[in-house]
Amino acid sequence: MSYRSPLARARGLGPAREGVGHWWLQRLTAIALVPLVVFLVVALALLGKADYQTMVAWVSSPLVSILLIALAIALFYHSSLGIQVVLEDYISTKWLRLCAIMLVNFMNILLAIVSIFAVLKITFGIAQ
Amino acid sequence: MTTRHNPLSPHLQVYRLPMLALLSITHRGTGLFISAGALLIPVLLMALALGPEAYNCVQSCLASWYGQIFLFLLSASLIYHLLNGIRHLIWDLGFNLEVKSAEFSGYLVVIGALLLTTLLWVLVCTQYYGETL
Repeated sequence: MSYRSPLARARGLGPAREGVGHWWLQRLTAIALVPLVVFLVVALALLGKADYQTMVAWVSSPLVSILLIALAIALFYHSSLGIQVVLEDYISTKWLRLCAIMLVNFMNILLAIVSIFAVLKITFGIAQ
Repeated sequence: MTTRHNPLSPHLQVYRLPMLALLSITHRGTGLFISAGALLIPVLLMALALGPEAYNCVQSCLASWYGQIFLFLLSASLIYHLLNGIRHLIWDLGFNLEVKSAEFSGYLVVIGALLLTTLLWVLVCTQYYGETL
């Protein structure tokens, strides 16, 4: 027999009260990152020591712009989720743990915004 | 009361970490390292957005010997984390959960990471030094 209340079962939230959201999003971003990371690494290896104009032309091509923005979102989200688990494991002081997780989240959100802003600026501001 | 200085468990210098545990902690370590290395993405893109001088500055930094060592370690970590991450996803599907088969796939990941990292840097070197070779 199950000892879980019907309501808890219906909501799908375990004792952590946040369900499988974190776990699921980490897998979702991981799957998205597989092709995106392969794309970035191979492209950068082939671009080598490309000069400024070549790089601007590369970033501002529609497909690359879209893939870079998708990569930035998935990568920094995945990074946030991953570091959160490490912090939860190794920091036992509650307020310190919360502060560290918040700091990491803010940092990653900022890095994602900066990346997206730069891609848009390169695409719509520089490459004409 | 006398203070005892017995080694505490798990004393890493005595206890040999099992191969699976070693790969697991490496997955974490590489994940943290990649998170730090991911700073390069906004830095490189922002440098491009700011103009040729900023871009050349970042480019020469990455082309220096310490930049190249950093990029090599970053790419090796990324490839290991990617392959081992796929192994984790396979576990999530419910496969490869026996110790023996998990160890086997672990060896595959390590060998695959070594091979792909070598392949990547052969590619990079032919791009960089292709004319001079």
